[in-house]
Amino acid sequence: MLDILVPILSAAVRSGTPILYATLGEILTEKSGVMNLGLEGLMLMGAFTGFSVTFSTGSPWLGILAAFIVGALLTTVHAFLCITMGANQVVSGLALTMIGTGASSLLGRSYIGETIDGLEKFTVPILGRIPFLGDILFSHDAMVYISYILVFLLWWFFSMTREGLNLRAIGDSPRTADSVGLNVKRVRYIYTLIGGGIVAVGGAYMSVAYTKMWGDLMTAGRGWIAVALVIFAIWHPLRAAFGAYLFGGVEASQLRLQAAGTTIPTPLLLMLPYVLTIIVLVIISVRKGKGLLFGAPASLGQPFYREERE
Amino acid sequence: MRMLKIEKRLNLPLWLNLSIPLAAVTLALLTGGIFLGFLGVSPLKAYSEMLISSLGDSYGISETLVKAIPLALASIGVMLSFKMLIWNIGAEGQIFIGALATAAIVRYLPVSNPALMFILMFLSSAIAGGCWASVAGFLKARWQVNEIITTLMMNYIAIHLVDFFVYGPWRDPASLGFPMTPPFPDAARLMQFGNSRVHLGIFIAIIFAFLFYWLIGWTKWGYEIRVIGENPRAANFAGIDYVKNVVIVMFISGAIAGIAGMCEIAGLQGRLQHGFSASFGYTAIIVAWLARLHPLVILFVSLLMGALLVGGDSLQIVMHLPLSSILVIQGLILFFVLGGEFFRRYRIQFISRKDG
Repeated sequence: MLDILVPILSAAVRSGTPILYATLGEILTEKSGVMNLGLEGLMLMGAFTGFSVTFSTGSPWLGILAAFIVGALLTTVHAFLCITMGANQVVSGLALTMIGTGASSLLGRSYIGETIDGLEKFTVPILGRIPFLGDILFSHDAMVYISYILVFLLWWFFSMTREGLNLRAIGDSPRTADSVGLNVKRVRYIYTLIGGGIVAVGGAYMSVAYTKMWGDLMTAGRGWIAVALVIFAIWHPLRAAFGAYLFGGVEASQLRLQAAGTTIPTPLLLMLPYVLTIIVLVIISVRKGKGLLFGAPASLGQPFYREERE
Repeated sequence: MRMLKIEKRLNLPLWLNLSIPLAAVTLALLTGGIFLGFLGVSPLKAYSEMLISSLGDSYGISETLVKAIPLALASIGVMLSFKMLIWNIGAEGQIFIGALATAAIVRYLPVSNPALMFILMFLSSAIAGGCWASVAGFLKARWQVNEIITTLMMNYIAIHLVDFFVYGPWRDPASLGFPMTPPFPDAARLMQFGNSRVHLGIFIAIIFAFLFYWLIGWTKWGYEIRVIGENPRAANFAGIDYVKNVVIVMFISGAIAGIAGMCEIAGLQGRLQHGFSASFGYTAIIVAWLARLHPLVILFVSLLMGALLVGGDSLQIVMHLPLSSILVIQGLILFFVLGGEFFRRYRIQFISRKDG
C-alpha cells in the first residue's frame, strides 16, 4: 500500500506547488482588500517568462526572478485601475486574464517544442532521510522547499508582525486604518504587486521545474482553481497548502489512472479537479453560512476614496 | 500654483458618453499595435488586413454577422445577470451545454418536420443551458457560493463533457478519427439566407434584444432586477425575493447562451465537434460591458466584436499569428473602457490657487 501511496503523495506536492504559489500570492493581495481575478493570465505570463529566460540564459533562477518581475509589472495595470481609478475589480481581473493568456501564447509561439534542463531535484540532508515523509516532502527541487518557507513566512507575517496587522486592518476597514495614519492606497499597491509577482512565480514553476517545456495554455485553469482555494483556505496560508496538495493529489492520481490504462474515459478524469473545486467551495460556503468560519477581508473588492463617505 | 481638482460628475454630456468608449477602443488598438510592432509584425498591415477581411466585401460582412449572432445572444444572457451584480462568467459552458442538448435531440429524437425540429432544439438547448446555469445561481442565492468560480469551473466541466461524447459514444465512424458527431440531417439545420452563411439565429438575437429591452425597462420584473442590482438591501426591505430572482435570472441567462450554442451548431457547423465555440462566451462578457449592459447597444457592439473576430481569423491565416492575439486586443479594450469609467464619474479640472 505504501509503495503506491508515497509516490502519489510525493507527486501531489509537486503538482500542488504551482497552485500553492498562486494561492499564496492571491491571499496576500486580497488581505489588502484588492481582488485580483487575473491569476490565470499572470500564471501563463509567468510560465512563458520563466521558460524563455531560462532557455536563453540557462539559469532557472533568473527565469523565476524574471517571472516575478513580469507578474508584478502586469499587475500594476490592474492595481492602477482598481486602486487609483476605482474600477470594477472583477472586470479588470478578467481583462488581465485575457491579456496574459493572449500575450503568452503570442510570445511563446517560437518556444513550442523546445526543452530546458530546468530546476534540479535534490534531497534535503537529514530531513530527506525520515521514512516516508522524507520521500513525500523533502526529495523535490528548491522551489518546493521555498514554498514551504513562504507558507510559514506569510502565516508569521499576518499574525505576528505590525506590518501584517496593518495590512489586515486595511483589508478589513480602510477608513479606520486611514484615520490612524496608514497609507491605504500605498499599502494596497505594494501587496497587490508582490502578490501578482508570486502568482507568476507559480506559473514559472510549471514550465521551469514541472514540465520543463512551454505549452500554449499550459496552466489549464490552475489560476482559477487558486482563486477558489483562497476561499477554501479562508485566507490562511497553512490551509492554502493543504488545499493545494489536495488538488495536486487529484491531478497526480488522475495522471496515474490514465497511465495505468483505466477504462474511465479521459475527459471524465480531466473534469475531476473542477468538480472538486465546486464541491469544496459549496462545503465552505454552507459552513460559513452557519457562522462556523470567518476570515474574508471585509472590504474585499471595494475601492477606497478618502474623500467619500459611505 | 496649478492644481488638479477632481470632483463627482452630476450629469454626463452626450459628447463624452460617445467619445469615451471611442477613445478606449482607439487607445486599445494603438497599444495593441505597439505590441505587434514589438513582435516584428507591422501593425498597419495587421489592422488593414483585419479591416478588409471583416468589412471589405460582402463575404466579410456576412462572416462578421455570423460571428455576431452567438456573441449577441450570449451577451444578452450575461447582461441580465450582470444587471443583478451576479457575475455569470459561465456563458462559454452554457453554450457548450446548449449545443450538447441540441445534438442529443438530433441523435435520439429526430423528426422530419423542420419547424417541429427547430422548436425541439430551441427548447432543449434553452432548458439545458438554463438548468446548467441555475445550479450556480441556486448555490449563490442559497449559500453565497462565489458564482464567478462555480460558473468558470462549470465551463471546464461542460467542455470536457462535450469532449466525452464527441470522442466517445457520439463520434462519427466516418470522421476519420476527428472528434465530431455525424452531420445533422437537413431538418435539423437552421435556414440560411441566400448564398451566405448567415442563418435564422440573427432574428433570434434581434428579437431577444428587443424583448429584454422591454422586459428590463418596462415591466415590474425588470424593475425588481434593477433594484436588486443597485441596492440589494433596499430590495430586501421592499420584499423582493432575492433567491427566487437570482435562480430565475441565471436560468434565463443560461437559456439564452444555450440557444446561442444551438444556433452555432444547427445554423452554422451542422454537427457537434470538439471546441466548436471560439470563446464566444468570454467575448460576450466584453460585449456586455462595452454596451454598458444595454440590450440594444449589445447588438451593435456584437457586430464590432464579430468584425474583430473575423479579422483575427484572417490574421491567423494570412499573417500566421495565433488566434489569441485577438485576446490581447480584447483585454486592452476592456482595460481602457474601465479606465474611461473614471472620466464618466469624475470631472478633472486644473485650477489656479495662490500659495499661502
